[in-house]
Amino acid sequence: MTYSEGDGGVSGQSLMFAATPLNMRNHRLQWLFRALFGLMTLILVVPVGIIFGVLLVRGGPAISFEFLFSYPSDGMTAGGIWPALVGTMWLVAVSLIASVPVGVAAAIYLSEYAPDNWLTRGINLAIINLAGVPSIVHALFGVGAFVIFAGFGTSILAASLTLAVMTLPLVIVATRESLQAVPMAFREACWNMGATRWQTIRTVVLPNAISGILTGVILSVSRTAGETAPIMFTGAAFFFPFLPSSVFDQTMAMAMHLFVISTAVPGAPDELKYGTALTLITLVLLMNAASIWFRSYLRGKKKW
Amino acid sequence: MKQKTIAPWTTWKAALVEDTALAIDIQNVSLWYGDFQALFEVDLQVKRGSITALIGPSGCGKSTLLRAVNRMNERLGDYVRTTGEIHVLDQDILSDDVELSQLRRHVGMVFQRPNPLPLSIQDNVLFAHRIHRADEKFNKLEEDEIVENALRRVLLWDEVKDRLGREATGLSLEEQQKLCIARLLPVKPTVILMDEPTSALDPKATAALEELIWELHGDYTILIVTHNMAQARRASEETAFMLLGRMVEHGVTEQIFLAPQEEGTADYIEGRYG
Ligand SMILES: Nc1ncnc2c1ncn2[C@@H]1O[C@H](COP(=O)(O)OP(=O)(O)O)[C@@H](O)[C@H]1O
Ligand SMILES: [Mg+2]
Repeated sequence: MTYSEGDGGVSGQSLMFAATPLNMRNHRLQWLFRALFGLMTLILVVPVGIIFGVLLVRGGPAISFEFLFSYPSDGMTAGGIWPALVGTMWLVAVSLIASVPVGVAAAIYLSEYAPDNWLTRGINLAIINLAGVPSIVHALFGVGAFVIFAGFGTSILAASLTLAVMTLPLVIVATRESLQAVPMAFREACWNMGATRWQTIRTVVLPNAISGILTGVILSVSRTAGETAPIMFTGAAFFFPFLPSSVFDQTMAMAMHLFVISTAVPGAPDELKYGTALTLITLVLLMNAASIWFRSYLRGKKKW
Repeated sequence: MKQKTIAPWTTWKAALVEDTALAIDIQNVSLWYGDFQALFEVDLQVKRGSITALIGPSGCGKSTLLRAVNRMNERLGDYVRTTGEIHVLDQDILSDDVELSQLRRHVGMVFQRPNPLPLSIQDNVLFAHRIHRADEKFNKLEEDEIVENALRRVLLWDEVKDRLGREATGLSLEEQQKLCIARLLPVKPTVILMDEPTSALDPKATAALEELIWELHGDYTILIVTHNMAQARRASEETAFMLLGRMVEHGVTEQIFLAPQEEGTADYIEGRYG
């Protein structure tokens, strides 16, 4: 050890706090790790930036009022994306209506009511695994369950329900986690005053978990808007130049439309593809930004 | 029990001045957490309107005993098993036909860490009242009066009367703890259980709380767990000493501190265990 004690009046006050070789080593290590972690973050961020940049440069010029609000034309090699945009909104809305009540209710049950036993733990594990199921598997399930068995045919309803099943674990996990982030002390305070579980949930737990729940919901929206596989066989049409009038209609959708014009329409100009991709990604980013903003807004109001 | 309009409880002076009836009567209570026995045949009688301090080393079962009185241990389900008898105001509270919500209304609890709800000060005070009001209509005047009475009773009114709508979690710890007592009062509890209510507070706030607790007894029966010997001595009429899940000694505070009958009590009081 180079650490020396009380070295008298010779070296004086200034040396007492001088860096030792050990301090120097610690500083070097600290710098190294900081650089390492920073680099990893960069590796993560750069591709996202490049993708968005390329989309912006190549797709930007395509975006116009005309592009957003008109129908595809000339065998989908020209025109706009309006029916796909509207279709995506239908899919997102209907799947939210299906997944949010079920998901939030299930999460409340699992977090607030279910006893901590092997069955509950098994269900939680199953939900986490469900989140990892590839979307094409959900698609096949959707065809079997909703298109054929339930008799909905290829329709917005079948596609939305398939999407709902896919995003359900996201909603459940996000909700359960935000419920569990509400301090136990609040619940105990309520129970000790004679409140039932439900009174406690309604007056204290839910209001304080709402920001996390909404975040989960919005994340599931962006996932829903971006998925192709689950809707491909269940309700999204290759080309359907009408706006849907009910949930039993087929519909076009953004993700599907992008897939189609990129792979199945020979003469589609690149500009059209990049424009569609840019619109989709902007939609998703906007929703994520809204969720982040909303969460920090609600956090700011919380005092614990 | 059907509930009537709640009269301002400040006018509700329990007829307990000369009354020696028991508020809490714990007889032969044993309690298990799974296979672990936390309480062994505990007996404890608490007179109406008195303050009884419950002392003993950490882990001896004080909190467990306290939670047995409002049956809060049952939140853990079948894992907890209680035997013996507990009466509150001569009612058998372990009986199957006891409505827990009513029991907890009559037996309030104050915790170690102040735990006001993340609501406004006013809504905190009214929380229990609103839960138990059930069939009555909302009445702003009545509520305002309840809030004022409760906050005055805990000596908090003057400090917070201009910010009743603010978040209660923004108050100082002392104010929070007073609020946690105030919110019990609108439903007219008989017993208030306190589990180390001052251990998160600084000495000055502790003194203020002790004074308040002392001031409340008489109207309310108080069973208070404390780690602080000086506090037990200053602010209680009777003291009960527990060790390893058993009730070792219970008597008038003076006597417990000056002339303990059991060696364990003397050792603990003189600081020979933690
Ligand atoms: N939920 C529980 N499960 C198992 N053991 C518990 C539980 N709660 C308390 N205990 C045990 O019961 C004993 C008494 O605990 P407690 O009543 O909290 O003691 P005190 O309040 O006197 O410090 C301790 O040994 C503690 O470990
Ligand atoms: Mg304790």
